[in-house]
Amino acid sequence: MTSRLSRRQWRRVSRVVQYALFFVVLGLLVTTADWTRLGNQFAQKDLVARLFPDIITTALVNTVVYTASGFLFGLVLGLVIALMRLSSVAPYRWAAGVYIEIFRGLPALLIFIFVGVAVPLAFPGTEIPGGTYGKVALGLGLVAAAYMAETFRAGIQAVPKGQMEAARSLGFSHTRATVSVIIPQALRIVVPPLTNELVLLFKDSSLVLFLGVTLQERELTKFGRDLASQTANSTPILVAGLCYLLVTVPLGFVVRRLEARAARAR
Amino acid sequence: MKGKVKHAMAADDNDATRPRPTEIEIRDLHKSFGATEVLRGIDLQVAPGEVVCVIGPSGSGKSTLLRCVNLLEEPSRGRIVVSGTDVTDPDVDIDAARRRIGMVFQQFNLFPHLTVSGNLVLPQRRVLGRDRRTADRVARENLRRVALDDKADAYPAQLSGGQQQRVAIARALAMDPRVMLFDEPTSALDPELVGDVLAVMRSLAADGMTMVVVTHEMSFAREVADRVVFMDEGRVVEQGPAAQVIGSPRHERTRDFLTRVLDPAASKL
Repeated sequence: MTSRLSRRQWRRVSRVVQYALFFVVLGLLVTTADWTRLGNQFAQKDLVARLFPDIITTALVNTVVYTASGFLFGLVLGLVIALMRLSSVAPYRWAAGVYIEIFRGLPALLIFIFVGVAVPLAFPGTEIPGGTYGKVALGLGLVAAAYMAETFRAGIQAVPKGQMEAARSLGFSHTRATVSVIIPQALRIVVPPLTNELVLLFKDSSLVLFLGVTLQERELTKFGRDLASQTANSTPILVAGLCYLLVTVPLGFVVRRLEARAARAR
Repeated sequence: MKGKVKHAMAADDNDATRPRPTEIEIRDLHKSFGATEVLRGIDLQVAPGEVVCVIGPSGSGKSTLLRCVNLLEEPSRGRIVVSGTDVTDPDVDIDAARRRIGMVFQQFNLFPHLTVSGNLVLPQRRVLGRDRRTADRVARENLRRVALDDKADAYPAQLSGGQQQRVAIARALAMDPRVMLFDEPTSALDPELVGDVLAVMRSLAADGMTMVVVTHEMSFAREVADRVVFMDEGRVVEQGPAAQVIGSPRHERTRDFLTRVLDPAASKL
């Protein structure tokens, strides 16, 4: 080696190598995969046609309804638990802490089984209102509440102390100040993380299938699996997956926009 | 101007029914945070319409004294009577008492999620139960008073620090307080914005508002204060007319402090 490469030249070489590596790996994957067999198993056009409109009108709609009801229930419960977590009454703090640890520490699947089996056993004769929809709202909501409670707590604590002092010095009671001044500001702070939680819940709604649902109550995953086994072909799974992305990708975009806006507001 | 007339009349009414020698009366006030004693026995009276400026080095307990008056800090010992209400009485309705005590903070503490007029309207409606029209009208009057009626629809973040502080003053005034407390209202401001805030406070004083102002603005204290109180290490060291306390202080500690504040270069010598 007579001429030594300068640092700038080295950086350029290393950049070229990184690009090359990416395209080599991609090319290997594309050329070695058996596209014909994949296509046969996952992309049967006539099967795709048979999925519509039910996959939208029943499955996607149910997924959205399950997610929304679980989210709303979790939102309310989460806010209550967050306020308990911040309460000056110690037993409230402990109870909220225990709740959060348990429901964040358990797989959502176990909680669904618990809701489906243990609740009817523990409280014989009581029926969860709303049938499957009620059970789903309860199962998803119980899980979501634990995560949302921590988000809310962080949001409430992120509101500067001066806000409470200003409100109190204007004559607001502690409760009034919390409701009119602190919570509106906390909600604004937690919108991006809560939207993230919505995306997670949207996917977790697939666990509904462990509750046992009727044909009309099927959501995307159950619908896709059922049709896949009926037709002995995986195309319905692929289409169901695309339906999830139809919602989660735009939501993810919204989250990034909200986060960027929150960062600018600061 | 209207507000001024109303206050004067209210004071007359009350004076007719019962004598009120002082608007704020503080007796033997002590406050400790853990083992640190921040206030070590403060006695202070403020007459109706009087403007009292509290000066002193940082850590002398000025802000704590102010925060005790509306019970943002709970006194460890002593008695504080504001406008005839003993705020240190365990039975006191503190929310009701605070309505009559306006407080202005160093950091403004406007509600960032509300517009300027929302900042003035929300407390009137939630706390005083005024209807929307009355609250709107009072908000407009008080924004005019601080010369910011054109900013009613702006959000606090869109305003300069000086404008935010004037809105904070208007928000407190909209509650028709009998007393206004100012906790270093210009300390967080860029120097060129201090003047507007002081002008508002000066006109408030001229209107006859009872004011207690914790400040480092010696020229303001000299010009506006009826009385200047110098505090150090949790005690009132000396008090009297501004000209006397700032002009010819009797105590060594007051002289030291004023030398450092009025001529920062001198303290380095």
